[in-house]
Amino acid sequence: MTKYTDQGKQDTRSGYGAGMTELGRTNPNVVALCADLVGSLKIDTFIEENPERFFQVGIAEANMMGIAAGLTIGGKIPFASTFANFATGRVYDQIRQSIAYSDKNVKICASHSGLTLGEDGATHQILEDIGLMKMLPGMTVINPCDFNQTKAATIAIAEHHGPVYLRFGRPKVANFTPADQKFEIGKALMLNEGTDVTIIATGHLVWQALLAAESLENQGISAEVINIHTIKPLDDKAILDSVKKTGCVVTAEEHNYLGGLGESVSRVLATHHPTPQEFVATQDTFGESGTPEQLMEKYGLNNKAIEAAVLKVMKRK
Amino acid sequence: MPNTQELQDLVVQVRRDILRMVHKVNSGHPGGSLGCTEFFVALYNEVMDLKEGFDMDGIGEDLFFLSNGHISPVFYSVLARKGYFPLEELNTFRLIDSRLQGHPTTHEGLPGVRVASGSLGQGMSVAIGAALAKKLNGDDHLVFSLHGDGELQEGQNWEAIMYAAGNKVDNLIATVDRNGQQIDGGTEDVLPLGDVAEKFRVFGWDVLEIENGNDLEQVIAGLKEAKSRTGKGKPVCIVMTTEMGNGVDFMMHTHAWHGKAPSDEQLATALAQNPETLGDY
Repeated sequence: MTKYTDQGKQDTRSGYGAGMTELGRTNPNVVALCADLVGSLKIDTFIEENPERFFQVGIAEANMMGIAAGLTIGGKIPFASTFANFATGRVYDQIRQSIAYSDKNVKICASHSGLTLGEDGATHQILEDIGLMKMLPGMTVINPCDFNQTKAATIAIAEHHGPVYLRFGRPKVANFTPADQKFEIGKALMLNEGTDVTIIATGHLVWQALLAAESLENQGISAEVINIHTIKPLDDKAILDSVKKTGCVVTAEEHNYLGGLGESVSRVLATHHPTPQEFVATQDTFGESGTPEQLMEKYGLNNKAIEAAVLKVMKRK
Repeated sequence: MPNTQELQDLVVQVRRDILRMVHKVNSGHPGGSLGCTEFFVALYNEVMDLKEGFDMDGIGEDLFFLSNGHISPVFYSVLARKGYFPLEELNTFRLIDSRLQGHPTTHEGLPGVRVASGSLGQGMSVAIGAALAKKLNGDDHLVFSLHGDGELQEGQNWEAIMYAAGNKVDNLIATVDRNGQQIDGGTEDVLPLGDVAEKFRVFGWDVLEIENGNDLEQVIAGLKEAKSRTGKGKPVCIVMTTEMGNGVDFMMHTHAWHGKAPSDEQLATALAQNPETLGDY
């Protein structure tokens, strides 16, 4: 199996911050907005180096989305950032009308997505944001898996014209993708080739999928692992090529099974190549307080849950 | 610059356009459109500094954002008569495959429109963003916006009002159409707005009032006064009192014509009160 090494745990939000620092130095049209969460979003360096290109809007996310839409008129590329819950559900209609329907070049950058923000609990743990955002016509939805990929994605979306939802998280997790890996929007990454089962994972679950594949290999099961960082537009071909070979699939994400990556994969399979699928995702539930590890264990979002799903789906072939 | 008589003729012709557009498809919002006709005619023909043609970024010209998008008939008529798109296109208002959607949008590429509006309360934030972009670009042109008074019940406006004052967005002129009406009745009965001018003032805006927003000369004078107050550290608000349905006697002094089209007979009566001046589309 292809070996991946954790280069040292880092949070994906710091990958966003590092990407913003670089964009601040290289792209004069990039501007940043934040709703009273500068420290959490790790954009201090961008602000320090480009104070005139930063807009602190206070605790007023609806206004932030509207201002971001307006800034594009005149050629700016706004990166509007806050927690995922407040960047999506709270301001859905502002995003829908002023950004998506108006085709504005706004980058909605959301930290603290999913369960792994931990102790703050369900009020802040949005597990519906991928669904909300992928349903908007024209919206690109990206959920990178580690620090390096989040940094690369942040830089890449500045070059893409159109609204983007970039989703990342709070905890320090394995940083294992190459620092110089090119980020191509909409292009899945093959992490490990296998023949018995396909594991398609996004975000924090990608590292868990690699851990699961390693353990499965010891049990004589050859798992193909695909990193889908772009949920929309989805890389249909990569998914179909893989399942035609393996005959079954497990999808893994830190999101509700309704509306997430898994459902997008199901649509592709049902349309082109019906294939048994199991979902590693939350089961239409809210989260709760706890440590990230406890929550991922309790809600079935770790390597063990992926392994169990693989054993289950292989019996359905 | 057109003279006052030419502008008055345009006002009457735009009223005819509004009535005919709404009548043809038996839908749309004539009341607020008729009430804001003088404002739109003055803004586009006497007040704003505009380039030839249309591009989305609008660098080097004044910009306008319509937040209360339901009064699209007056917006479309004034844009068409200013030359943004062919006058005949007013015939397609609200029809399938038209660029003139029920509420204004950029989605079909209609020149003159820079953001979609219709879901209320979002326009001021967008106008602030465009004003900030102008400052970043070193463009000393202005951003104008129009808001319904009932629309101020949406909370996002107050986030925007607070932001604009707190951040000295002084290249913005936001006008509130104070017609006192909304769908379910008078604004003070549905959810009282109280003293709108004072509310803007205590939030830190420079506020002026146009007592009769259906008097063309007052509107022009008010808008020019507002322009003279920009660049002084405060966003500028105009509270403009208008009569919904102005120019058609049976549409005035009621909220009944907010979103209702006239019948054939009512149209004939309304058009007779606004005789053709510059030629119907």
